[in-house]
Amino acid sequence: MTKKQKRMTIRLAASALFFAAGMIVEGKAAWYWIFFLISYLAAGYDIPLRAVRNIINGQFFDENFLMTVATFGAIGIGALEEAVGVMLFYQVGELFNDYAVDKSRKSITDLMDINPEYANLIKDGKEEKVDPYEVSIGDRIVIKPGEKVPLDGIVVKGTGGLDTKALTGESMPVEVKENDAILSGSINLNGVLEVEVTKLFDDSTVAKIMELVENASFRKAKAENFITRFAKIYTPVVVSLALILAVIPPLLFGGEWGTWIYRACSFLVVSCPCALVISVPLSFFGGLGAASRHGILMKGSNYLEAMASLDTVVFDKTGTLTTGKFQVTDVDPVEGTKEELLRLAAYGEFHSNHPIALSVKEAYGKSVDETLIGCVEEIAGYGIKAEIKDGERQQGLYIGNARLMKQKGIEITDQGSVTGTSLYVADGSRYLGSITISDTIREDVPMALKGLKAAGVRKLVMLTGDKPEVGQAVGEKLGLDEVHGGLLPGDKVGKVEELLSRKQEGHNLAFVGDGINDAPVLARADVGIAMGGIGSDAAVEAADVVIMTDEPSKLIDAIAISRKTARIVKQNIIFAIGVKVLILILSAAGIATMWAAVFGDVGVSVLAILNAIRALAYQSNE
Amino acid sequence: MKKIIKLEGLCCANCAAKIEEEVKKLAGVESAALSFMTQRMTMEIEESKSDEIIEAARKISNKIEPEAEFKVIR
Repeated sequence: MTKKQKRMTIRLAASALFFAAGMIVEGKAAWYWIFFLISYLAAGYDIPLRAVRNIINGQFFDENFLMTVATFGAIGIGALEEAVGVMLFYQVGELFNDYAVDKSRKSITDLMDINPEYANLIKDGKEEKVDPYEVSIGDRIVIKPGEKVPLDGIVVKGTGGLDTKALTGESMPVEVKENDAILSGSINLNGVLEVEVTKLFDDSTVAKIMELVENASFRKAKAENFITRFAKIYTPVVVSLALILAVIPPLLFGGEWGTWIYRACSFLVVSCPCALVISVPLSFFGGLGAASRHGILMKGSNYLEAMASLDTVVFDKTGTLTTGKFQVTDVDPVEGTKEELLRLAAYGEFHSNHPIALSVKEAYGKSVDETLIGCVEEIAGYGIKAEIKDGERQQGLYIGNARLMKQKGIEITDQGSVTGTSLYVADGSRYLGSITISDTIREDVPMALKGLKAAGVRKLVMLTGDKPEVGQAVGEKLGLDEVHGGLLPGDKVGKVEELLSRKQEGHNLAFVGDGINDAPVLARADVGIAMGGIGSDAAVEAADVVIMTDEPSKLIDAIAISRKTARIVKQNIIFAIGVKVLILILSAAGIATMWAAVFGDVGVSVLAILNAIRALAYQSNE
Repeated sequence: MKKIIKLEGLCCANCAAKIEEEVKKLAGVESAALSFMTQRMTMEIEESKSDEIIEAARKISNKIEPEAEFKVIR
C-alpha cells in the first residue's frame, strides 16, 4: 500500500466508526447529526474541494462534481444518513480500485523490469560501474551472480547459469560457457562471467524488448476505444436525465420535490463512468502481461483482440515449422541393423567436416576407434572411399550420393527420400543401405497444429521457398490444408493477399515466420508473428507479436490468453452497463434507493476490476 | 519525432481518456496514446514544435488530473 492509500484507510476507518455511532445515537439525541457530519468529512472532505478546483479549471461532470452534488442534494432533502453512507462507500470503492490497479500495474511492470542499470566495464585491468549506454562493441564486461546481463555479447571467460525467464518465459536456467552468446535481459544466477560485448545498448535485445513493451500501449483494441467513446456520452446523458427527473415531475405533475430530487441524486451516483473505463484497459493489460509471462510479446492490445478470432494461420517452412538444421532422419539398411549401417557411415566419414558428415557423426553419437580406420580417399562431388577394419576383415566402403553408386556400378535397391538428401553406403559392390539427412520438423509442431485446429482455426497453410515436392511432403506429413512451394519472398506476399481475400468475414489471418526475409509478409498479414524473436532485430521490428522461444505451440497459449481476455472484456462491458441501466430504471421508478445506486457505481467497478485481474492469471496446460 | 511522457499518479481512467483526447487535438501532434495502465503517453509530434507541444500537453494534464505528475521520459 502506498502512503496515500494508508492515510485513506485510516480516514475511512474513522469515518465508519462515526457512521456507526451516528446510527446508534440517531433518534435518541438531537445532536446525532454531528457524528454523521464528522463521518462525511473524514471520508470525503476533499471531494467537494476537488470539484470546485476542477470547475475552475473548466472540468465539469467529473466524478468529484457528481458525488458532491449527489450527496449535498441528499443532505438538502434530509437524507443525511444516506448521503454519508454513499460518500463512505464511494471512497472505500475508490481505495480498493486504486489498490487493485496499483497492484496489477506493479506485478506487470516487475515482470517487464529487465532494464539493466549498470555494466561492470573492464578498463585498464580494473572494473568500473558504468551506464550500459557507454559501453562500446569489443569492450569486456564482468557479470556477477545475481546481476542482469546489460548487453548482448559472447562469454570469454567463466561458466554460469542464466535465468532467461524475462526473455523467453522459460523457467529452466540456461547453462553458458566460453564462446557462448548471451543476451541482455537475462540474469546471471551463479558464476562470474567475462563477456565481450557484441552490440551497443541501443541495438541490444533488452533495448528492443523495452521499446516493444513501451509501445504496447500505443495501439488500442476496438473495445477500449468503444468504452471511452461510450463514457464520453454516458455521463452527460445521465446527468441531463437526472436534471429532468429532479425538475419536471414536481413542476408539471405536482410531484413531491424531495422524492424526485432523491431519485435524481441516485442518478448522479450511477453516472460515474469509471467502472467501465477502468475495467477494459485493465483486462487487456492483464492479458498482455499473461502473454509476456509465457514468452509472447504483443505490440498492442489490438493484436491481443485480433488473436481471439483467427481463421487462417500461414506458416513459413524453414526455421518456423522446421528447425532449419540438418539431421539424420532415416536409416534404411537392406541388410544388418540400423545401428551397424550408421556405425559404418560414421567411421567412413570420421575425417570429413562436411555438414552431412557432421550430422551422421552426431546421429551415431558414440566415440570412434580411429585405429580401425585405414586409408580414406575423398572423391569430390561424389563421396568417399574408406577402408575400415571390421574384426579380421577389411571393408572397402563407398559412401556418397547416387552418382557415386552409379559410377561404381552398384545398384541402389531402395527408394531415396523426397524431403532430404540421401547418403548411400556400399561395401565393395554390395549395397548396404541409405541414410537420409533432412531438415527436421520442430518437436512441438504436430501438437501446435492440432491445438490450432481445436481452437477453431479453419485453415493451416504453409508457404516455402523450397522445392514444391519437398513442401508437399512436409505438408502431407503434418496434415496441413494448403501448401505452396517454390515461392520467392515477393510471391509470399501475393499468396498471403490471396488468402486474405478468401478468409471469413470478421476473422483474421496470422502469418508466422522466423523474421528472416519475411518482413513484407509479416506486415501484410492481420497479425504478423515472428518466432525465435530474441536475437533477431528484423523480426522484432516487423512483427506485431513476437514469440521469444522457438516453439510454435506458444500460438495456442496466445490464442487462449486472447480469448480469455476477450471474454472478460465482454463480461465487464455487459455487466457494468447492464447493472447501471437497471439501477437507473429502478431508481427512476423509486424502487431502488441510493444504497443501490452506490452499489451500481462502486460495487460494479470492484467486481469488474476483480474480473479484469483474472486476465493476468493464465496457466498453460502443459 | 516520438516523445514518451510518464504521468505518475494518474488514478482516474476517464481522465486519462480525456487527456488523450485533448492532446490529440493539439497542432503538430500526429498521434497520441495514453495508457492508463502504464501511465505512459506516447506522442508522435513535429520536431520543430516539440517544446510548445510538451508545454501544452503539460497544461492539459494539470487541468484534467492535477494529482498526476508530468514527467518527460524521452
